[in-house]
Amino acid sequence: MEKFVRHTGTAIPLRRSNVDTDQIIPAVYLKRVTRSGFEDGLFAAWRNDPEFVLNQPQYKSGTILVAGPEFGTGSSREHAVWALQNYGFKVVISSRFADIFRGNSLKGGLLTVILPQDAVEAIWSAIESNPMTSITVDLETRTVSYGAATVAFELDDYTRWRLMEGLDDIGLTLKHTDAIDSFEAKRPAYKPLTLPIRI
Amino acid sequence: MGKTLAEKIWDDHIVRSAQGEPDLLYIDLQLVHEVTSAQAFDGLRLAGRKVRRPDLTIATEDHNTPTIDILKPIADPVSKLQIDTLRNNAKEFGLRIHSLGDADQGVVHVVGPQLGITQPGMTIVCGDSHTSTHGAFGAIAFGIGTSEVEHVLATQTLLSSRPKTMAINVEGRLKPGVTAKDIILAIIAQIGTGGGQGYIIEYRGSAIRDLSMEGRMTVCNMSIEAGARAGLIAPDQKTFDYIKGKPHAPEDFETAQKYWQTLFTDSDSKFDLEITLDADVLEPFVTWGTNPGQGLPLNGSVPNPADIKDSEERGAAERALEYMGLTAGTPLKKIAIDTVFLGSCTNGRIEDLRAAASVLEGKKIAPKLRMLVVPGSERVRQQAMKEGLDKVFLDFGAEWRNAGCSMCLGMNPDQLSVGERAASTSNRNFEGRQGKGGRTHLVSPLVAAATAIRGTLSSPADL
Repeated sequence: MEKFVRHTGTAIPLRRSNVDTDQIIPAVYLKRVTRSGFEDGLFAAWRNDPEFVLNQPQYKSGTILVAGPEFGTGSSREHAVWALQNYGFKVVISSRFADIFRGNSLKGGLLTVILPQDAVEAIWSAIESNPMTSITVDLETRTVSYGAATVAFELDDYTRWRLMEGLDDIGLTLKHTDAIDSFEAKRPAYKPLTLPIRI
Repeated sequence: MGKTLAEKIWDDHIVRSAQGEPDLLYIDLQLVHEVTSAQAFDGLRLAGRKVRRPDLTIATEDHNTPTIDILKPIADPVSKLQIDTLRNNAKEFGLRIHSLGDADQGVVHVVGPQLGITQPGMTIVCGDSHTSTHGAFGAIAFGIGTSEVEHVLATQTLLSSRPKTMAINVEGRLKPGVTAKDIILAIIAQIGTGGGQGYIIEYRGSAIRDLSMEGRMTVCNMSIEAGARAGLIAPDQKTFDYIKGKPHAPEDFETAQKYWQTLFTDSDSKFDLEITLDADVLEPFVTWGTNPGQGLPLNGSVPNPADIKDSEERGAAERALEYMGLTAGTPLKKIAIDTVFLGSCTNGRIEDLRAAASVLEGKKIAPKLRMLVVPGSERVRQQAMKEGLDKVFLDFGAEWRNAGCSMCLGMNPDQLSVGERAASTSNRNFEGRQGKGGRTHLVSPLVAAATAIRGTLSSPADL
C-alpha cells in the first residue's frame, strides 16, 4: 500500500446525503476480476447528467471528495473504494461514513476524514465560491486546512500509523502466527468444518 | 458485571488484544462468492500465500448467476469470467464450492444455515453485507471488504475494533398478516439508516422469541440497513431444533448444545443503548423512498417533504419522491406496481415461498404485472417443488426461476427497466439498485403476493 502522510489538492462538493454503495458503483460494474478499471462505474447513474458535479469543468481536477452525511451505506463492495481511487480521489470528507465502507477505505489507503457537518458546509462554501481552493489533508497533524482555516479530525493512532507507513494488515498479522496457532489448538471439537463434505 | 451475548462471543474469539490496537479475532467460518473474492485470491497468489483453513471456508455462486438456462454457458462474457475465476480459485486453493446446478448452490446466506454450518457462538464473515443474516443463530456475523476477505483467507483472523452493543426489544404479539419483515422495516424507519452505526444489535423480546428461525434470519439480515455492524438473537430450543439433523450439525450435539445454552445476555450486563418497539401495534410496512429508512405502514400516504423538520432529511425526501415518481399525499395502497420480486437472502427461504403461495393459490396475477419467484437456494427450490408450490406460482402467472441473488441487486439479467416500479421482498430500495432507473418498494412476502393479485401495494387483508 502507498504511504499516506499528507495530500494537497482541490476538492469536489457532493451535496447529497446517504450516497450508498449502489450510487458509488452499481452492481453491473462489479464484474471485473481486477482492482483497476472501475472508474467508469463511479456514480454511473449520475455521470450522464452534464450538471452533475463531477462533470462540471471547474471540478475536473479534484482529488478530494466532500460529501453529505451517511456516505457509503449499503453493501460491503470494496469496489466502491477502488472506483473512487481509480477515478483519482485520495480523500473523502463527510460527517458520517457507513462502517464497512470506512473500514474498506482505510484498509485500501483511501483516507476517509470525519468532520462535523458545519465544517463540511464551510468547505462546500469555500470550494463553491472558488473551485481552485487548495486543500491540504495532513495525517501527521490530523488536520484539514484551506485558506486561513484549519480543522482537526480524529483518527485512531493505530490506523494512522498503518496508513503513514503504508503497511498491509496481512503482513502485520502473520507476525502473530504463534498466537493464532495456539488459539486454534484450543478450539472445541464441535465447531463445524466445511470439509469433508457431509450430505 | 455480566456480559451481553455479543460480548461473550467476541471475547471467546480474541486471539490477541493490545492497548490501542484493534482486536485480532478468530473467524470460525468464511463464506465466499464470485463478486468480492477474485482480487483477494489474486493477492494471495502475488504474495505466495495459501488459504490457512480451507476446512473453514465454503464458496458458492449467487450474485452474478443467471436464473434461467443455468446449465448453458453464461451469455455475458464478463459475468462468465467472474464465475470461471471463482471456480478456478476454488480448485487452486482447495476450497469447497457449490456451483450452478449443484444441490447446495444458492444465495450464500441461505446455503450456510441449510447445511447446518451456521451455528451459535460462531464468528462468520463474508464479502457481503447481508452476512448479518447468520446472527439469527446467535453468531457474530458481518460483511467485510475484499482486503479483509484476503486477510481471513490468509490468517483465519480479522483485525477489528470491539463494537458497541445495542438492544432492540420487540415486545408483544404480531397481528395476523404482520411478519418479521415488517418488524425490521419498522425498526429501520425508527432508528434510521445510520442508527445502528458502530453497534452490534441484539434483537430481544417476546415478538422476536415467537419468530421462526427463518423469520429471525429476515430480521438479522437487514441489520446492515440500519447501519449496524451485525445483528443477533440469543439461541434457544428453536435454534437447536433447526440445526439438529442438518448435514453439518455437530456429531457431539450434546456438548455443543451445552455451550450454546450459555449464550445469552447476562441479567447484570449493560447495553450501550436500548430501544423498544411495540409489536402489538405494528402493521404491514412498505418503503416509499430510496433508502430502507424511508418506510411507513401500508395504510399511510406518501409523506410531504415540507413536513420534515430536518433539512438534510427533507432534501433526501424531495429527491426520493422525484426519483420514485410519487406525489405527496398519495395513499400507499394506490401505488400501481409493474413487477413483483419474491426472493433474496431476506425473504427467499421456504417459509417465505409458502407464505406467498398461500395467498396466491387459486388466484390470477393482475393484468400487465410480472412476478418473479426466485428461490434462495437450489435446495429451497427442490423443497418448494416437492410441496407443489412451483405449480401454484406458475398457475397464478408468475415466473418460476432458479436460485440466486437475481433482481435483489440486478447484477444478472433480472433487472428493472427505467421507470419500472417493483414491490420487492429484498433489502434495498436504493436508486437503481434493481436496474438503472428502476423504482423499488420493499415489502414482506405476504404484501408481495397480495400486491401481485391487486396490482397496487396491498396486504392480504385487502383481498
